[in-house]
This record gives sequence, structure tokens and C-alpha cells, in this order.
Amino acid sequence: MSIFTLIKIAVRALFRNRMRTFLSVLGIVIGVAAVITMVAMGEGSKKSIKEQMTAMGTNAITIMPNQSRRGGVQLDASSSNETLEEEDVIALRNEATYIDAVSPLMTVGGQAIVGNNNSPTSLSGVSADYLKIRNYEIADGVMFDDEADRMAKVCVIGQTVVKNLFPDTDPIGKTIRYKSIPLKVIGTLKAKGSGDFGQDQDDIIFTPYQTVMKRFGATTKIRQILANSIGEGYAAKATEEIMTILKERRNWTKPTDPFRVFTQEEMIQMVTSTSDMLSLVLTAIAGISLLVGGIGIMNIMYVSVTERTKEIGLRMAIGARGRDILLQFLIESILISLLGGAIGIGIGVAASEIVKNVMNWPMSVSVTSIIVSFGVCFATGVFFGWYPARKASRLDPIEALRFE
Amino acid sequence: MQADSPILSVQNLRRDFKMGNEIVHALRGVSFDIHNGEFVTIMGTSGSGKSTMLNILGCMDRPTSGHYILDGEHTETLKRDALAKIRSQKIGFVFQSYNLLSRTSAIENVELPLLYNPNISAAERHHRAVEALKRVGLESRMNHLPNQLSGGQQQRVAIARALVNDPVIILADEATGNLDTRTSYEIMMIFQELNQQGKTIAFVTHEPDIATFSTRTITLRDGLVKKDVMNTSVQDARAALEALPPPEVFDEEEESNEEEKA
Repeated sequence: MSIFTLIKIAVRALFRNRMRTFLSVLGIVIGVAAVITMVAMGEGSKKSIKEQMTAMGTNAITIMPNQSRRGGVQLDASSSNETLEEEDVIALRNEATYIDAVSPLMTVGGQAIVGNNNSPTSLSGVSADYLKIRNYEIADGVMFDDEADRMAKVCVIGQTVVKNLFPDTDPIGKTIRYKSIPLKVIGTLKAKGSGDFGQDQDDIIFTPYQTVMKRFGATTKIRQILANSIGEGYAAKATEEIMTILKERRNWTKPTDPFRVFTQEEMIQMVTSTSDMLSLVLTAIAGISLLVGGIGIMNIMYVSVTERTKEIGLRMAIGARGRDILLQFLIESILISLLGGAIGIGIGVAASEIVKNVMNWPMSVSVTSIIVSFGVCFATGVFFGWYPARKASRLDPIEALRFE
Repeated sequence: MQADSPILSVQNLRRDFKMGNEIVHALRGVSFDIHNGEFVTIMGTSGSGKSTMLNILGCMDRPTSGHYILDGEHTETLKRDALAKIRSQKIGFVFQSYNLLSRTSAIENVELPLLYNPNISAAERHHRAVEALKRVGLESRMNHLPNQLSGGQQQRVAIARALVNDPVIILADEATGNLDTRTSYEIMMIFQELNQQGKTIAFVTHEPDIATFSTRTITLRDGLVKKDVMNTSVQDARAALEALPPPEVFDEEEESNEEEKA
């Protein structure tokens, strides 16, 4: 029997039991739509994190004190035994060959005030190199100089801060107060836009790191150093070199590393691993609903086979082979699941778009997830249709004809 | 006609069934030949083995021992698929309860056996189905569904279905069992016409008057052939039909005929 004829027969049989077919299809539709939406959610958040991290600069390397662990509990960075110092920054700048920019990053929380205006912006103590590492550019004025402006009460501000504090005036030369300390604005940054999670990359105030160390923190410890490798392929070499320089400065002999050095790639992995886990769990739950849909198909196919025992007997009596009967029922279940798959994909994609536009969540429907869903549907149809179809194909024509 | 080699030959056919610990001997060594163009009725009371006989003749069951040669082919050793192929190409079935597919038009029911023959195109299928329906006088009801047809008409569709693959033998299983006398005779009339056109027919029945329309009667009892006689005075179904008292309820056609005569 030709495949076309088989499909025609199957379509007609499904059409005859419209309600039953509709409900079986619905099971698959819900499963597939859930999978597509969940995967889109997971992919979307991952993609947006990646984009953000990439926007920060792909060659960035982060150096942090190695956190000490006690009984599996990770203590925060400040409790580390080994700390970074200004000399480390200088040593890296002078000695390292695979990096072309180094900057400490010291963050202070608070708000900036000018007259009646205020801006709840954290203050970042950095060196001039930071612009290069994070891909910022000066819009107006100048960036401070590491040597000349050492400990100077100056700052460079992002566009959001400009908007908050200086809605109608030119900020250059004005003074802002941060935790009662006056800082003179010497430059503004070009707008970078917002990241996907709504955090504003222009809501930023830069000041020399020495200023933060002396005036805000009264400390010699540096929390974090950022560096920029000289190119795409040099991250690993740069990492190795940084570690060597830091160890040499300390005559480090212990087997464990004193610091942790991450490339941007590793940072992305670290940040996305949580979201990966979450999306895996969500997808698994959605997958279970697809499984339930499949069991629904199997159930209905068993009913269908029993109900049509006499028809099967007749078809066999007039020459149908077991294979013909098997295919007839298998195609029915595959049609149910593919139909469910197609509708489910449609609904899943639509739901993702709605969530994206209405709730502003980062959603990304991948072509892979659509193809895989469709494939899974086909497999579901074959898998759950197989046993009922085989049962049908193995019926004894004499017994089947006698069935009432 | 008897000089031909037989179209069908059963030799010492046995069929045992296991029922729990007991073995039931449904057939205990049956032998006969059926030649091309014969109209054979197989008679017997229930339990005589005639259903078992028909299942084996129809290649739906295999004998425990003995030989069954259909159209020159030994069938007793064939596998399921090979038997299905024989059913598809050499046998036409007519059942007591018609067994038409519901919600499927007459023409599609007739086309059904040809669907399982890959060598026949859709156009050929349709053409042959129309021809078969013409032979049973139902070409005007091609697109009717089974539930829109009377019992006799449904059985005629079933006969057309049995004809459509041009089988070497038509096997009928109590084909008039669900019908009243008048309709039974109409059906027998069709069988006689087909037989006169050269079709070989084996007709299982337990009604002796049906057997009088055939050319030969094989009677089974307790799994053995009890009698195998040529029918010397074959009754003409058409004549028998006309001899019946007129039906009490006229259908429209006959009413209009009556009016014309008046």
C-alpha cells in the first residue's frame, strides 16, 4: 500500500473521531509548547548574559583573591589570606607582555549629590586603563591620569549620572559630593546603553583608585584587578603570565594558587552555569508533560485498535499483511504527534514572543529547539504508537473477524 | 470441465485445536478437489468443521497436516505474509455479516482489496471497482454509505468487493444467513450469474434449500466428508424468486411498475 494511501486512511480515521483526536493532539501541543517556551527562556537569559559580558570586553581578565573555604563553605573575598596590592598592579603593568591594560576595581556604594539632585550610583575606583578594558569612551573632557591625578578628588561620570545631576548644565568643571567628599567632574562617558537585565551601564562614576583607597576606604588592599589581554587567542597565556608574576612577587611556594584569575570566557561560564541548571530543570519538567502527552497517544491508540478489531480482521482477510496494518496505525499516531508538534511549536513561539514583549524577559527561540521538538514528536509518535500498532498487526484474522 | 486440473485440491486435511489439555480434532482427514467453474456448497451442522474448512480454504488458517493446493500452489507451508498475498490476489471473501467498513462509501469498500496490491494504480482501482459494482447491479449506489443501503444491497457490495481482485475462487460464509428468503434468493441469483460467467464459488451454508442452487454439495460431519454429490437438478434462483409469493410491502420501484401495468 502506498504511503499516500496510508496517510489518507489515517487522516480519515482521525477525522472520524474528531474529539478524541483533538484531545490527544492537545496533550502533545501542551508538551511541545512548554518545551519550546522553557528552552527559549533558558537560551534567552544565557544569551543576554553573554551579550552583557561581551559588551564588557571580550579580552577582559579578572583577578581576585582566592577565597578560603572552611568545611565546604565559601567565605567572601575579604576573608582571604592573601590580598592584592597596588604594587601588583604596577608589576603587571610593567612586566606582563600578554596584557595591554591593567586596572584595579574598588567599588563604593552610596549616592552622588549636586544641589537638590542626587544619583544613587556606586563609585568605582579604577585606573585610566579601565576604559579600554570595559570599552568605555570619553565623550567630553578628559580621563584622569594615573600619576598626575593620584588621590585627586576628580571623577568621570556616565550619561545617566549626567542626566540625574546635571539635567540642564554642562557637568565639566562642576563638583559632586559623594559621601561628603567633593569630586570635580573632569570628563563624561559616551552612552553605552542598558544591559538586558535592565542594569544601566551608564549609571557609573569613575574616580582614581588611589582616591578610593585613601579617602573612602583607608585601605591598601585591592579587591579586584582587571586586565585586558592583547587579543582574542591570548587569554590563556595572559592568565598564566599574570599568575607567574603575582607568585614571583610573593615568592609563592605553596601548591595552591594565591589568586583566582578568570578569563571573560570563564566568567561567562560561571555566570551562566546557574541559569543553565535552571533552564535544564524547567525543560525537564516541560519534557515530562510531553511524555504524558505521548502516553495519552498510546492509550488512545490502544482504544482505537480494540475498537477496530473487526476492521483489522477484514483488512487482513482481504489481503493486508501485518506490516500494512502496523503502518496504518503507526501513521495515525505519528500524525497525531506531528500535528500536536506543529501546533505546539506555533503556540510555543507565540508564547515566547508574548513573554518577550509584554514582560520584557529575554527570550530566544532557537531553530534547534524547533527542529529537535519536531523530531521528538515524530519519535514520540513512533514510540508510543508502536506497541498498539504491533498489537493490531499481530491479530489473528479469524479471531479479529469474530470480535464483536 | 471436470477434465481440467483442479483449481483447488485438499488432501487428507487435518486440523487440531488445543483447548486446555484436550485436543479437539476439527478436521480429521478431508480430501476433495474443486474444479474451475464449479459452484460448490459445503454443508454441515455446527461443529461439523465447516468453518475450520473455510478458514483453511481462505488461507486464514493452516492445516495441522495434509495438503492444500490452491491454483497450483502449496499453501500449507507458507508464512503469514505469503498467505496474505494469496488472499489479496486469489481469493474473494463474502461474509455473513457483510463486514463493510462503516462510514466508507460503497465504491471505496469495493476498492479496499486492491489497496493491498501495489501493482494496481488508483485509476485502475477505481475502474475495476465500478465494473464490479455494475456486475452486482449497484452502479447507481456507488457513493452511498453502508448504513444507507439495505442488507441485500450491502451484501451485493460485499460480493463486488470479493470480485474486484478477479480471484480464482469466491468463498462465501453463510452469505445469506442474515437475509430474508426473498433477498437470499436475489443474492443466490447473483452467485449463479457469476458462476455462469465462469467464476468458481465455494459456499458454506447450513440451509439445504440454498444448496439446491449449487452444482455440487459436499457435506461434512464430525470433521469428515460424509457426502459429496453432484447436483443433477440445479434450481434456478431467478425462477425460485419469481415463484415466491409477492412481497407484502412494495418498494417504490415496484409500485411504479404496478401503476404502469395498470
